[in-house]
Amino acid sequence: MTASALPKSVDGMLELLTSRGYLAERSLATVTYLSLRMGRPLFLEGEAGVGKTEIAKVLSAALGRKLIRLQCYEGLDVASAVYEWSSAAQMIAIRLAEAAGDTDREQLSSDIFAERFLIKRPLLQALEPDVAGAPVLLIDELDRADEAFEAYLLEILSDFQVTIPEFGTIKAPQPPIVIITSNRTREIHDALKRRCLYHWVDYPDAERELAIVKSRVPGISAKLSQQVVSFVQALRDQDFYKSPGVAETIDWATALTELDARSLTPQLVGDTLGALLKYQDDIARMQGDTLQKVLKEATSEG
Amino acid sequence: MTTIDHLNPPTGHMADNVIGFARALRAAGIPVGPGAVIDALNALQMIEIGHRGDVYTTLEAIFVKRHEHALIFAQAFDLFFRAAEDWKHMLDSVPLPDHAKKKPPAASRRVQEALAQPSMRDEAEQVQEQELRLSVSDKEILQKKDFAQMSAAEIAEVTRAIANMKLPQAELRTRRYQPDAKGLRLDMRRTLRSSLRTGGEIIDIRKLGRIEKPAPIVALLDISGSMSEYTRLFLHFLHAITDARKRVSVFLFGTRLTNVTRALRAKDPDEALASCSSSVEDWAGGTRIATSLHSFNKLWGRRVLGQGAIVLLISDGLEREADAKLAFEMDRLHRSCRRLIWLNPLLRYSGFEAKAQGIKMMLPHVDEFRPVHNLTSMEGLIEALSAPPPPHHISRIRSAA
Repeated sequence: MTASALPKSVDGMLELLTSRGYLAERSLATVTYLSLRMGRPLFLEGEAGVGKTEIAKVLSAALGRKLIRLQCYEGLDVASAVYEWSSAAQMIAIRLAEAAGDTDREQLSSDIFAERFLIKRPLLQALEPDVAGAPVLLIDELDRADEAFEAYLLEILSDFQVTIPEFGTIKAPQPPIVIITSNRTREIHDALKRRCLYHWVDYPDAERELAIVKSRVPGISAKLSQQVVSFVQALRDQDFYKSPGVAETIDWATALTELDARSLTPQLVGDTLGALLKYQDDIARMQGDTLQKVLKEATSEG
Repeated sequence: MTTIDHLNPPTGHMADNVIGFARALRAAGIPVGPGAVIDALNALQMIEIGHRGDVYTTLEAIFVKRHEHALIFAQAFDLFFRAAEDWKHMLDSVPLPDHAKKKPPAASRRVQEALAQPSMRDEAEQVQEQELRLSVSDKEILQKKDFAQMSAAEIAEVTRAIANMKLPQAELRTRRYQPDAKGLRLDMRRTLRSSLRTGGEIIDIRKLGRIEKPAPIVALLDISGSMSEYTRLFLHFLHAITDARKRVSVFLFGTRLTNVTRALRAKDPDEALASCSSSVEDWAGGTRIATSLHSFNKLWGRRVLGQGAIVLLISDGLEREADAKLAFEMDRLHRSCRRLIWLNPLLRYSGFEAKAQGIKMMLPHVDEFRPVHNLTSMEGLIEALSAPPPPHHISRIRSAA
């Protein structure tokens, strides 16, 4: 892995992302650039499937930095996010000390709380120096973790340090590049957002989405990609419970090319709608006339 | 430093005024103890009493201990330490149309009532003037349906009732752990640490148990015209709940949906309700339950109903456009939450029957249907919230099969 220099301008950032196949809006490139320059975490919020997680992956690949991912879930605690002591190894160390007749308690306690018994979880790993430069830390779907965990993150994100009572404080020599994503299944506390640069990632416009489809689904015909994008854009205007994201568009386009489709037909759309819509209510609404209407609009444009 | 001789208290108007003022503050809801009065009298001897601003700052520093009381203090100070001529002027100004149109500022009714208490001031004339003013503002409140202001007595009553209610605290077992002697999971880290004290011999085993948290509550309050009698009481109830526990979201709906969760977070009830009413555009208008539920389901459902939320739907269910859409949205709401409780003030009539089309549409989709129109029925609600949820999920699966 070779480290690349951080981009020097917003245009540089756009180029960097584009070179790895991420076609970002200028606003997203701007906040990403700023977050790198200012050393502030980047907080990305938006519907599922608009490419929030992807940007961290692309950044890490483009900059040649290590990617450390912390997937959040309900019940996430310090032991699985930051560090844990390897109890089994500690027990063995205690028994060995006993067998050797070593009874100095002070010595024992400093021995078994040494770094070699420390299991480092993602957040602690992200604070460690790396030859290629500070890693990219992706804290994914923070809205799934509990409020208590959010509060814990505050210390890490403002000082980039972790305090382990038995061991001491570990401080990052160089702060990691932090990307936090949220699907907004609940509100994240203001205190945390305040420490970050905030950006709402929206669905791309038709032109950009078309470019994304073309770059991510090689081999798709110009006509089909145009129709796919028009159809998906038309779907987003409908009042659905869950509108399809870019990830769904790519999935659908891939599915259609797998089926060797040349252009959209009602039959084809009906059969593959599950790649786009994930709620039965939404699919039921698309049956019959609505589908015909949306499809007609999409294909006439293309 | 001079101190007050308690056996021979100072005579003169200032001492009486400060004592009276403190009583007024207390009546308006600011906790002012006798110690603070003595402090105030001491402090006033150290400053230039002729300077109104200094007196204000001094008394505020002593009587106001929480930020949300500052506004009430300001109004009380303004009214109490007003020259007699000002009172007359104020009375004269009331019937003027432009003044009458102006909304009474938040908290003023409370303060006026507090000052209007008998024997608060000696001059009967002034009390009479105050009452006159009060009745004018009462009328105004009725006309404009401005229920953002509650009298001190009402606040006291609701606060007392809510304090007596035992809010269900520990309901949901979260997936997080904390040290717990009766827990089921072994806490290796703490066990090892304690074993070091005995040279590595494990004598006491430390355990972890699940953290229990109150379930989130999401309240959807109907503020349409037919509900206007109850809205203020419910808002106070919701404000008290918001104050007492975490994870309470409150939405108001009439013809559109408004999230007032942040507005209700203000500590002082008057302030909270005032900012509530200023953020809502459709007070006491029509009802469009289906549309409001639709926007709730679409915009907020996934954000606030996670983590096993209990939904309180407070509405009379009198929907004009009751059709399949209403049933659909109710069903979606029901399926997205842990428990859906419908509170309907119409249920207080003993002969109530679910005849209205809207009510018939909504009823199959609720877990509980309860009357709520006064504090007693609210206590019943609290009991219901503490009870374990009925096994409705099972019956729903069966009926679906």
